[in-house]
Amino acid sequence: MNENFEPKIAAFVCTWCTYTGADLAGTSRLKYEPNVRVLRLPCTGRIDFSLVIKAFENGADGVLISGCHPNDCHYNAGNFHARRRFAIFRKLLEFTGIDPNRVQFSWVSAAEGAKWRDVVNAVTDEIRKLGPFNEYQKLIHDSFPFRHEDSGAEEISEKEQVENVK
Amino acid sequence: MARIGVFVCHCGENIGRTVDCPEVSRRAALLRDVFYSVDYKYMCSDPGQNMIKDAIREHGLTGVVVASCSPLMHEKTFRRAVTEAGMNPFLCEIANIREHCSWVHEDRKAATDKALDLIRIMVEKVKHNVALESIRIPVTKKALVIGGGIAGIQAALDIADGGKEVILVEKSPSIGGHMAQLSETFPTLDCSQCILTPKMVSANTHKNIKLYTYSEVEKVSGYIGNFQVTIRKKARYIDESVCTGCGICQEKCPVKKIPSEFNEGLGMRKAIYVPFPQAVPNKPVIDREHCTKFINGKCGACEKLCGPKAIRFDQTDSFITEDIGAIVVATGYDLYTIDKKTDNTLKGYGEYGYGKYPDVVSGLQFERLVSASGPTYGELKRPSDGKTPETIVFIQCVGSRDAAKGVSYCSKICCMYTAKHTMLYKHKVHNGKAFVFYMDIRAGGKNYDEFVRRAIEEDGAVYLRGRVSKISQEDGKLVVMGADTLSGAQVEIKADMVVLATAIAAQPDIVPLAQKLGVGYDQYHFLSEAHPKLRPVETNSAGIFLAGACQAPKDIPEAVAQASAAASKVLGLFSSLELEREPYVAKVNENTCSGCEFCLMACPYNAIERREIKNRRGEVIKTVSYVNEGKCQGCGTCVSICRSKSIDLMGFTDEQVYSQINAMFV
Repeated sequence: MNENFEPKIAAFVCTWCTYTGADLAGTSRLKYEPNVRVLRLPCTGRIDFSLVIKAFENGADGVLISGCHPNDCHYNAGNFHARRRFAIFRKLLEFTGIDPNRVQFSWVSAAEGAKWRDVVNAVTDEIRKLGPFNEYQKLIHDSFPFRHEDSGAEEISEKEQVENVK
Repeated sequence: MARIGVFVCHCGENIGRTVDCPEVSRRAALLRDVFYSVDYKYMCSDPGQNMIKDAIREHGLTGVVVASCSPLMHEKTFRRAVTEAGMNPFLCEIANIREHCSWVHEDRKAATDKALDLIRIMVEKVKHNVALESIRIPVTKKALVIGGGIAGIQAALDIADGGKEVILVEKSPSIGGHMAQLSETFPTLDCSQCILTPKMVSANTHKNIKLYTYSEVEKVSGYIGNFQVTIRKKARYIDESVCTGCGICQEKCPVKKIPSEFNEGLGMRKAIYVPFPQAVPNKPVIDREHCTKFINGKCGACEKLCGPKAIRFDQTDSFITEDIGAIVVATGYDLYTIDKKTDNTLKGYGEYGYGKYPDVVSGLQFERLVSASGPTYGELKRPSDGKTPETIVFIQCVGSRDAAKGVSYCSKICCMYTAKHTMLYKHKVHNGKAFVFYMDIRAGGKNYDEFVRRAIEEDGAVYLRGRVSKISQEDGKLVVMGADTLSGAQVEIKADMVVLATAIAAQPDIVPLAQKLGVGYDQYHFLSEAHPKLRPVETNSAGIFLAGACQAPKDIPEAVAQASAAASKVLGLFSSLELEREPYVAKVNENTCSGCEFCLMACPYNAIERREIKNRRGEVIKTVSYVNEGKCQGCGTCVSICRSKSIDLMGFTDEQVYSQINAMFV
């Protein structure tokens, strides 16, 4: 495994518990690995697991999903929906030959800044151990060779920029 | 084509220290569709906001990304700013490069790269944002206060004095809370009940306050301004409207030996009882578990003797539903129980013998022993043999400040009440000796340190800095083995009584209530405020506020101050005719909806209804789902359950989320 491999991890979190908990980690100046890109959603119930697939498709090596603890959901039951879906999704991952450890699920409440740090570090370590997720990207490339034409987000050359102030 | 403006904030040094903001701004300018990019020291300042407004006007921006602190902090500020420049507020998004980046990373390069990633993700989102209009909702101008201790009473009185209706719910038979149990209060030594009971009476008689004692919150639904709360009024087995509170039932009840909750188990009460003489309302309640009538159908003495015939053995719990606009949670605290008999998490202090030796008591029990309304009528007698203790030992921080044996936090009030206890003791037993084992003295507060000095210098309490390892019993005395770390000596004190300043803990039954309310709580079950410094009385659930020790250990002045703060928040809320709510609601695409109704089952708010689509002849051609915007809270559970991708959540649409993911790793 590549020693210098820095995993790319997408995190889908709910705004009420985990996002706020991650804010608390910041306010408390806790330090953690910079590999996770957080995407804020209102609730883990909003996480359609095709989002996870989409993240892998775009080069994620791992995905973290985190929301409120059971019974603490701001919307009563969204986290239960997410948990059930995750249970089935894991089976699906296993079936397709993807290591289910690439998708991690956690509960981090708004008061658990330190737990967020620990979760991020643990997930980063775990994915670092699993290595880059090349198989999936290769599969995607083989199946859809036309895909990478224009994702619309890459940096454009300076000349193209019409008016580039400062 | 989208014309996006990116505004990178240094936040003084907070972001700039770890993130190279000019570099981020330069690289952000190279992102596709980014038309304008700039960095500035304080984006939230007036000049910073003006930069955003000017850029929108000058460059005709179609979207704005502010890379700064958490959206929970300044999203409103920046959205207001863009509105002033004529842009729809929902075309402005925040990239959180402070809490999620600069504050949590040390490596400058990694943090700078991550900041750019976060901006790119938000740029992609904002490109797909659409103009939305805030939803206006009406406000029910009636408040619910949960908990009738000093904090709840204060909040209820303040709201009621502001001219708004209040429902005050208390789970025990009387309001008053722990403050009613205290003998005197620090730092003035004025009698607790003398200052509390007038407030209790006003709460009961105020025309704007409706009091429900012996009641609990059963169910909460709705949202800010429009809660529906169901209150369970537990059966008292007394018709309160008839009962005069004469007390003959209590006098004649033959079941005597029930430990009194109000006296912390040191006194006895009857099966029909008023918890304490000044109780409000002064109406008794029948303890079903101990009442002979309920056990074997005999007795019924109270029923026979009651003049106004107020006893109702056939009474059942009743339920009341109220429309509420705002909720104040003031459920207070409980003491950490440390005896081994109860099944509690704090097990580490078995060697102190609490529960084994009757003369080892908790701070609250000591309050009852010196209180004029207590089981000994204010005469200090130790529980085992009624002897006046000549030597007494106080141990502070029992359970507090030690995560291995209890809780990690400081219970805050014990230093002060222990000093008060030594004074009350010395005032009652002039020749007595009082020893205090302490870790540190924390007496921050107006006249607080002076109060502790007074206990030491004027009343002669002996303070020993150190812990107690063991308490054993010998010849009717309690042998306290401890250390005095300042002199480096082992200390052994033969005491008549030991008082433990046990940790303040959250109410044991707070979690189900917090879950009903949708309020967060920490690992010790103290309720979470929205921001530790700037929003200490609000919760993350809009319209629900905190007061008193349910949030953290607090003394009386702090609890009262927070209660008044919560009341002013409620009155502020009630002073507006209607509220604005973020328009993050689900929308159905009726063209593709197959009418499977999975979303109807998934919705936690019953916000999705069936709608029939008819042709010109009025025949139903299909049934689709329809979202009631007033009820929808925007969780998005329906979106992910929809099989035909026919529901989308405004503000977090599939288009937005997918483009964010597409931009995540480039």
